[in-house]
Amino acid sequence: MPAAFLEKCQLQTLFDALRGDGYQVVGPTVSQDAIVYDEIRTVDDLPRGWTDVQEPGKYRLERREDDALFGYVVGPHSWKKYLFPPLTTVAAADRTDAGWAMSTPAAAVPRYAFVGVRACELAAIRVQDRVFLEGPYVDPIYKARREATLIVAVNCTQAAATCFCTSMNTGPRCTAGFDLALTELPAGFIVEAGSDRGTALAARLPLREAGEQDLAQADEVRERAVNDIQRRMNTDGIRDLLLGNLEHPRWNELATRCLSCTNCTMVCPTCFCTSVTEVSDLQGDHVERQRHWDSCFNLDFSYMNGGLVRNNVRSRYRQWLTHKLASWIDQFGSSGCVGCGRCITWCPVGIDLTEEVAAIRETAS
Amino acid sequence: MVANPWLSHTVRIAKITDEIPGVATYDLEFVDPVQNGSYRFLPGQFNMLYLPGVGESAISLSAHPDSRGRWAHTIRVAGNVTQTLARLGTGATLGLRGPFGSSWPIAKYHGWDVVFVAGGIGLPPLRPAIYHVLDHRADYGRVTLVYGARSPDTLMYPREYDRWKAAGIEVQTTVDRATPDWKGNVGTVTVVLDRLPLARPDRTVLFTCGPDVMMHFTARSALQRGLTAEQVWLSAERNMQCAVGLCGHCQLGPEFICKDGPVFRYDRLAPFFRVEGL
Ligand code: SF4
Ligand code: SF4
Repeated sequence: MPAAFLEKCQLQTLFDALRGDGYQVVGPTVSQDAIVYDEIRTVDDLPRGWTDVQEPGKYRLERREDDALFGYVVGPHSWKKYLFPPLTTVAAADRTDAGWAMSTPAAAVPRYAFVGVRACELAAIRVQDRVFLEGPYVDPIYKARREATLIVAVNCTQAAATCFCTSMNTGPRCTAGFDLALTELPAGFIVEAGSDRGTALAARLPLREAGEQDLAQADEVRERAVNDIQRRMNTDGIRDLLLGNLEHPRWNELATRCLSCTNCTMVCPTCFCTSVTEVSDLQGDHVERQRHWDSCFNLDFSYMNGGLVRNNVRSRYRQWLTHKLASWIDQFGSSGCVGCGRCITWCPVGIDLTEEVAAIRETAS
Repeated sequence: MVANPWLSHTVRIAKITDEIPGVATYDLEFVDPVQNGSYRFLPGQFNMLYLPGVGESAISLSAHPDSRGRWAHTIRVAGNVTQTLARLGTGATLGLRGPFGSSWPIAKYHGWDVVFVAGGIGLPPLRPAIYHVLDHRADYGRVTLVYGARSPDTLMYPREYDRWKAAGIEVQTTVDRATPDWKGNVGTVTVVLDRLPLARPDRTVLFTCGPDVMMHFTARSALQRGLTAEQVWLSAERNMQCAVGLCGHCQLGPEFICKDGPVFRYDRLAPFFRVEGL
């Protein structure tokens, strides 16, 4: 399908088509002074005229001078909360006369349509696909949700000070992994299809052919995002750099700043660590195994044989950074970082992983 | 539908054998006869044993690799799950997922001399490999077991040593603290290993399981005796929750102990094995 044009006043037709197909539409909306992902019913739920300003340890919303609907970058939420829910029941057990009977709880699979997925987020979903779908074992919960999900991506037209997707080769342009991709212009959207499903959906929208001028304008706004990006991370030989410097003094220095609060791991769109808790009814006859997001910054995460393997902040920060940027490559064939900058923005003390890598590189052994 | 990797099968405790204080062997059988007929494992692999309402624990199989119908798990009381298990009797049911993980590549070393080095509760995960050697004794050269424990009464499976010796395995036990009637070695396994005659180090393979420090010094001793890191295999331990590489708990550097291990060739783990807090 060649690129087409959707008038801004017609965007609601996209939401209506998705809802008509039985999708639960989720997308950006303003809540508690941040742009978060939640259920969207109409265009009016979108963060019209808002933008986000981000710095290490800082995030705030500001009014834009225009009425852009997608004129922000990324917030504290990521799509992983839908594909890899923070709390799920993975198994159940019931006491019977013949002993324990084990089962997989039946769970309805929600059908999501994500609207407003950024290029770095497409990359993050790709990273989690490798973790949950492409190893020797498949996570059935992720798989069912992922297959039922439709993705409408939106190209960035600006970047935050914390973004470094160009260093991680993940953005800012959406190139794959979407059903539809939009580029927002003042009068409407350039619409591209990235799958058969997307092409079929587009055929039902009131599109007109995109003119040369529209396309040139789209190139220009997308280029603005590229030019906005200030942050860089040198990833040359980063695996050996980090795993070869496990005793670097910088880890000690980091331990004096990091609060081990887990924020970075919670906002990161690729972090996947979990723990399982037993939840019993009062009689103890029905037990559910609940899986919840966990973090390598939690003290008991490394519990073993009555002790803790990572019993100080130094070892926990080192685990987070070396896993994300180095051992992830051994494990899944790509970096665990997509350069979205969330961990920088939402760190209460503004620790910036790009700076930490640069510091280690400077005095590497 | 993809299989749910979290789903346990119900097993019944068929037999309990007390080993040493705080350690017992549980023979488990599947309640489902089809499952009971088809279950197989490789020496060195482990199962996740599940007590509903309490939790799961990763337990290596200590059974004969050709076991059919019931499978031995030698378990030390160490945490909530094993404490609760210790209160169960025969006939009680629990959950089992597995087998998981890599195995001792014992069958790849036909014609080689074999040294097993175990410490304390590290012997049970090696026992299936020892059984394999017993059954295929003619396929191997000289075979030695160096086994260390705190004291003579904490040596595991003492009733089996005579049979192992009769089948041509040299069994060298050593204890940290001797009792008056102890006539064997005293000291760490490495003291014994250091003086073990190795006729052909280039054709000797070493399999070790025990505490991290012990395996570290065992590997060091082996290297000093002319083995290469490629000839040393060890079984590593970390907290395991999912056993399928999806929960993140058991990482050691780039390795997921549950799915890349627990059995590793030493050269693969050496850069990360003894890094404090990794
Ligand atoms: S590590 Fe930080 S920048 Fe990289 S993907 Fe995670 S949150 Fe984004
Ligand atoms: S790096 Fe920042 S966000 Fe992450 S645990 Fe430390 S203080 Fe919290």
